[in-house]
Amino acid sequence: MAQLSGTSVSDSTQEGCSASGCGGSQDQLAHLPEHIRQKVHNHPCYSEEAHHHFARMHVAVAPACNIQCHYCNRKYDCANESRPGVVSELLTPDQAVKKVLAVAATIPQMTVLGIAGPGDPLANPERTFETFRQLTERAPDIKLCVSTNGLALPEQIDELCRHNIDHVTITINCVDPDIGAEIYPWIFWNNRRIKGRKGAAILIEQQQRGLELLTERGVLVKVNSVMIPGVNDTHLEEVSRVVKAKGAFLHNVMPLIAEAEHGTFYGVMGQRGPTHIELQALQDRCAGDMTMMRHCRQCRADAVGMLGEDRGDEFSMDKVERMEIDYAEAMVQRADYQRTVEANRTAQAERRGETLISLASLKRPVKESRPVLMAVATSGGGVINQHFGHAREFLIYEASAIDVRFIGHRKVDLYCSGDVSCGEGESVLQQTIRALEGCEAVLCSKIGFEPWEQLERAGIQPNGEYAMEPIEEAVAALYAEMVASGALNRAEAPQPMRISA
Amino acid sequence: MAYQIIESCVNCWACQPLCPTEAIYQATPHFLIDAKRCSECEGEYADPQCASICPIEGAILDSLGEALNPPGSLTGIEPARLEAVMAQMRAR
Repeated sequence: MAQLSGTSVSDSTQEGCSASGCGGSQDQLAHLPEHIRQKVHNHPCYSEEAHHHFARMHVAVAPACNIQCHYCNRKYDCANESRPGVVSELLTPDQAVKKVLAVAATIPQMTVLGIAGPGDPLANPERTFETFRQLTERAPDIKLCVSTNGLALPEQIDELCRHNIDHVTITINCVDPDIGAEIYPWIFWNNRRIKGRKGAAILIEQQQRGLELLTERGVLVKVNSVMIPGVNDTHLEEVSRVVKAKGAFLHNVMPLIAEAEHGTFYGVMGQRGPTHIELQALQDRCAGDMTMMRHCRQCRADAVGMLGEDRGDEFSMDKVERMEIDYAEAMVQRADYQRTVEANRTAQAERRGETLISLASLKRPVKESRPVLMAVATSGGGVINQHFGHAREFLIYEASAIDVRFIGHRKVDLYCSGDVSCGEGESVLQQTIRALEGCEAVLCSKIGFEPWEQLERAGIQPNGEYAMEPIEEAVAALYAEMVASGALNRAEAPQPMRISA
Repeated sequence: MAYQIIESCVNCWACQPLCPTEAIYQATPHFLIDAKRCSECEGEYADPQCASICPIEGAILDSLGEALNPPGSLTGIEPARLEAVMAQMRAR
């Protein structure tokens, strides 16, 4: 959400301010036509602001895949892992529909149903479209979307549009077949396995054609890219330019996840993922005239609930089979609930609009105080309400003399809550401090003595003074304190001390 | 002449719809090939369809018991490298 980092305070005041970051999502999406903003408004994966209010779910009905990616291992399944492609229960279309109805009746915030694998939804057209067909009929208030590698996309466009899908995500990691050959060892195409550069070239061509066809038809396209250091990291700026030019409305650059334990090519070959700082720098470089997505949690292919949470355990098939769902009744309740959310959301936006005026005062005291990254522990609701030690992720904000902007989130349990054999013996606190690299302050509701000391030693100032206060206002206020105390008079950020791993 | 699917199959469903003779069927604990129906795609396709989309090395064997996708052929990971990494992980 960087392209509007230069949004002036007066603009933000006129536009109101989003739930997470002045110059946040409402502003970021302001360049979009009204009909597109309408489509995005309640979509937690597309609107950074909406993800605070609405939930999504994925159903795993699409196990087959027609390409191989070096970051994927089809043998892998881990109940403790929260990341794309991982799934614990494969469903038939009928089961998936039952599960969606059950979840929608239980979690009224749920607005979006996606099919994202564990394989490729469009390599499983019968299973994917049977699920969509039934849901269009039985749950017309739920938005449908798919996430695809794009190989089969051009051929499936008519069928997709028939199911009234208004969002599609295409994973595009490159537009250069030579780079593609380093990411995709093979594709299955015209009844043959095609390896190397030739396969990658076909995949790229299909992805680009699919993107063009979708935008021509007014279907929203988000592009996901996996940042692989040394492979496509510098190339992704070009990818971003190309897909924006072809009408993609949102670009989500995600970090490679590669551990030897996952058994992927990259994991086994020791390919590293990007650091938080590298990812953020690339996201900033890609942020031209289009929105970057920063709040992606790289969720499981069967995730259920608000972004960043997974309530999948409550909806295993054996539990769903026992539930009795009156969906007509549930739909009425869902509509009521969502109207209430909408009213609260409008009220919140108005309140935030007023607080922006105080930010303007930040401009006065200092000529050129530099921007500062701050981490926030929150369990939701837009306020600082979480104990430092309880946080499984931190929201990262950049405060500057101009505004406060949401930069992203950083997980601190590193994708796995499994047993100690998964880790490297690093303490959780050390891991957390490392994950906060580059931040100069961390705001939380409370924090213990030991982590306080260690954070200070690492050059990160802990702060519990703003407990229960709205995030952006607290970040702005702390920034003002830092400015006033002269802590930011240096031109460069102090180099935080390294914690040994 | 027929192919067979062995226990390393992960039940990903990719091969099943491609089989021109409908020889592949879902079974427990993994998909199977009906030897009477399997034609090895002779006269249908240049390459056997199941083996051309299968993502798992060694999961499909020919009539001599040889892997149609031998170790390293799909992932690009050399078997020696994989073994070294597995040994490292076991040691931890």
